Amino acid sequence: MKKSHILILVVIAVAIGIIVSTSNDASTYVGFDEALSLSTSGNKKEIHVVGELKKDDEGHVIGITEGADRVSFSFVMIDDTGKEQRVNYNQPMPADFLRSEKVVVIGSYHGADFNASKILLKCPSKYQEQKINA
Amino acid sequence: MHYLIGDLGHLFVITSFITSLVTAFAYFKATTVNDLEKKTFWLHNGRTGFYAHAAAVLGICITLFVIIANHYFEYHYAYNYSDRKLPVYYLISTFWNGQEGSFMLWLFWQALLGLILIHTNKFWEAPVMTVFALVQAFLASMILGVVIPGLGSKIGSSPFILLRDAMHEAPIFMAQPEFIPKDGNGLNPLLQNYWMVIHPPTLFLGFATTLVPFSFCIAGLWMKKYQDWIRPALPWALFSGAVLGLGILMGGYWAYETLNFGGYWNWDPVENAIYVPWLTLVAAIHTMITYKNSETALKASIILVITTFILILYATFLTRSGVLGDASVHSFTDLGLSGQLLIYLFFFLIAAVALAIGRWREIPSSEKEASTYSREFWIFIGAVTLCLMGFQVLLPTSIPVWNKILHGIGITSNLAIPGDQITFYSRFQLWFAVVVGLLSGVGQFFWWKKIDKDQLKKELTVPVLITLIVFALIVTIGQVYTYTYVILTLAGVFTVVCNTKILISLLKSSPGLSGGAVAHMGVGMMLLGIMFSAGYSKIVSLNNTGMRISTEFSEDFNRDNLLLFINEPRTMWGYDIEFLGERLEPRHHNVYIRKTDVLPTGDRDLVVAKRDFTIGGTTFKANDTIDIHGENTFYEIQLRKNGRAYTLYPRAQINPEMGGLLVSPDIYRTVSADLYTHVSSVMKPSEGEEWSKLEETNVKIGQQFYANDYVCVLKSIDRVFEVNGVQLNPEDVAVKARIQIQGEKGDYYAEPIFLIKDKMAGRIPDEVADLGLRLTLLNIHPETNEFALGINTRQKDWVVIKALEKPYINLLWLGTLVLMGGFGIAMTRRVREFRKMKAKGFE
Repeated sequence: MKKSHILILVVIAVAIGIIVSTSNDASTYVGFDEALSLSTSGNKKEIHVVGELKKDDEGHVIGITEGADRVSFSFVMIDDTGKEQRVNYNQPMPADFLRSEKVVVIGSYHGADFNASKILLKCPSKYQEQKINA
Repeated sequence: MHYLIGDLGHLFVITSFITSLVTAFAYFKATTVNDLEKKTFWLHNGRTGFYAHAAAVLGICITLFVIIANHYFEYHYAYNYSDRKLPVYYLISTFWNGQEGSFMLWLFWQALLGLILIHTNKFWEAPVMTVFALVQAFLASMILGVVIPGLGSKIGSSPFILLRDAMHEAPIFMAQPEFIPKDGNGLNPLLQNYWMVIHPPTLFLGFATTLVPFSFCIAGLWMKKYQDWIRPALPWALFSGAVLGLGILMGGYWAYETLNFGGYWNWDPVENAIYVPWLTLVAAIHTMITYKNSETALKASIILVITTFILILYATFLTRSGVLGDASVHSFTDLGLSGQLLIYLFFFLIAAVALAIGRWREIPSSEKEASTYSREFWIFIGAVTLCLMGFQVLLPTSIPVWNKILHGIGITSNLAIPGDQITFYSRFQLWFAVVVGLLSGVGQFFWWKKIDKDQLKKELTVPVLITLIVFALIVTIGQVYTYTYVILTLAGVFTVVCNTKILISLLKSSPGLSGGAVAHMGVGMMLLGIMFSAGYSKIVSLNNTGMRISTEFSEDFNRDNLLLFINEPRTMWGYDIEFLGERLEPRHHNVYIRKTDVLPTGDRDLVVAKRDFTIGGTTFKANDTIDIHGENTFYEIQLRKNGRAYTLYPRAQINPEMGGLLVSPDIYRTVSADLYTHVSSVMKPSEGEEWSKLEETNVKIGQQFYANDYVCVLKSIDRVFEVNGVQLNPEDVAVKARIQIQGEKGDYYAEPIFLIKDKMAGRIPDEVADLGLRLTLLNIHPETNEFALGINTRQKDWVVIKALEKPYINLLWLGTLVLMGGFGIAMTRRVREFRKMKAKGFE
């Protein structure tokens, strides 16, 4: 066996290792129900949940509580299946949070609470935003 | 309304697009025709075309800048990204704040690089510039903003679009189409930082320069000059590696210094997207250098150079198409360019791969198997490691793309990027870094010496011994006990030691060739810096009072944060630490002014000086209006040790609309560690209003009294004829008391006012916020020569801070500089080589 063949084999082995580990460690997009059942069955991996903020009839975001230290807050999110869940976030409210049309939270359940470690926002494209301060 | 300037800009955009196509065609002809006369004709045309193109690109940039600098808010770009208060340097950065502007920046750099290439390289001009002009055409199309008739789809997004066209549904424009906003949206305060001025141009220059080696490579394949393209491409590849690397690290430093992510690298998809092409570029540089010396690794060089450029295009697609929308903390506005970006990517991917495959059999390669003791073998292993390192990052970063592809063929995938990205990536990258570290140590010996087994042992004995000694010292002193970090330390030290040895021997013989040794030393230092600062970062602001800050806070918060009351020293990290008060930042002076020295006005960005004061050589007069950055509050925190004092100004941006607190750290740098400090909780602006019940006391002039435990003296009472904000009539009377208060840090003065206006008594109290004190002149008793003073007190000002120690982080920054220096030395050498060959008529 030539050295180059060994090298190729090693490279392939490492590449496969990377692929396998990536698919093992990859998080998933799920609903709150599934996230809860994953958590109660002992899977503590962080997962992604996609949803929207809870709003009243006039489109104002409701259910936001500011943490005592003002560097944390919690909010109510409705996932794609329609389930409502209070989400705690141990950091200040991200910029444009209230304007977001879609929210992705990354985190896990601790008991009945969902603790987000990261929040991603999808904001309306600037061409869709038709408000201007005259 | 200034229509002309926008129309002009639009004209320039269209011109730049058309001229780039014309240039590409002319240069293509110049490359392919055989007739010498025709060749010269097309070459001439191509050159003229590119000059015109470059002029148009410059025109676009100037036009947009004129719009921004003159505050033409009828234009969407100026309205959205700037306002009247921004100083000139941020107006410049407004230019690349939007996506369209960053495409323009890219266009600009490439136009400049094209001009340089035309003038430095006659032989390769035609084929190289064909590729250049094509890339320019694709980039220019991104900002065209032209609707194709019939199709109804728009090509590109123009930076010269009017606000009313961008927001055509806004009610204000329905009512008054000629409406121009008075001021713009401004620049995100978080981005108002000098890095915003220098980081994007550097990064985009890095992007732009990857095009040069790619163009030479394609030209080489096209012209069947499979070997000759390496020589002119190599200095550019080195330049690109340096600039792109610098751009990436600047981003890291920016994040560390201002964005308070607590670190310099977060493995966010946006960061990864640039990191991967940089790794392949570095791998390409290595194989190209190998080829220059031993005529092997030509095919690998071709593959890697092409891969790098394609990965840059892929990074552009990832970050701008909105595909990462659910995966990255950086929010991108989707301009609807995904399709165009995909075409751009696939055009060059398919063209380059097809060309390479077509020519593959003709590319010379050495049949001889490289020996295990040859430098070619080890460099190749190094290149492979770098590629795998990139692959490990690229694969998970692309998960959103995999999902889209799977969705396209009807499979629903709910995979997401790993939740804890830092742990996930670090676990792998650490081991790759160890391999890279060891290879860059050993590899250097193979590179400079013809070596066999015995000689290798001989050469390595001394470095290995030194490494072990230094390593043992570092592990013991630095208390590195985690085994992964121990191994990383070993690899880092080994690289530094081996390359230092090589460097010393090179400095004697040929210092011009020392680029590689210097660069690898830098890599070793960076590894050590990263290991210490990330692996051994620790919280030092531990609450050592035994009392909770507040029962409302979590356990962790109470444990890891320090509550500082104004002028009350605590100890932390071996220093006395003291909070000296809230500070504001004037726009036009590089100082911090005390919040207590000024009064707020209706405008958040304007304050009025209460009294004369001088700070840092700048004098402010009473009643002066001072422009400030209203969104920022700074907290002056003093550290003292051994009679020396250092001051930190961590910043908070209190944004009531967002309900949150945005904080930026300030860093106290020592040789061995950074003290990374940020505020973690601050007083609400309303909190200063919870005053105690008024206490009344009668004093005479010159008499001492106590307020909030401070010694106060009533210095004088004077009649005044002007009172801020009150219209005084001739029969009105106003008197001002001047009260001296002896604070811990020198004297304060309060000047409450008592006035009789229209026969009614009025009182204007004065507040000394630092001391939590408010004094009111309540009444005057002429019969006893006494004055009635009212005293209110409140809780003293406070701030809660968190501080982290980042040990040996300077090694990372120093290593970065050394790495850049290494790139610089290597580049100088290759440029000289190229010039020499050019002088001989080879280029």
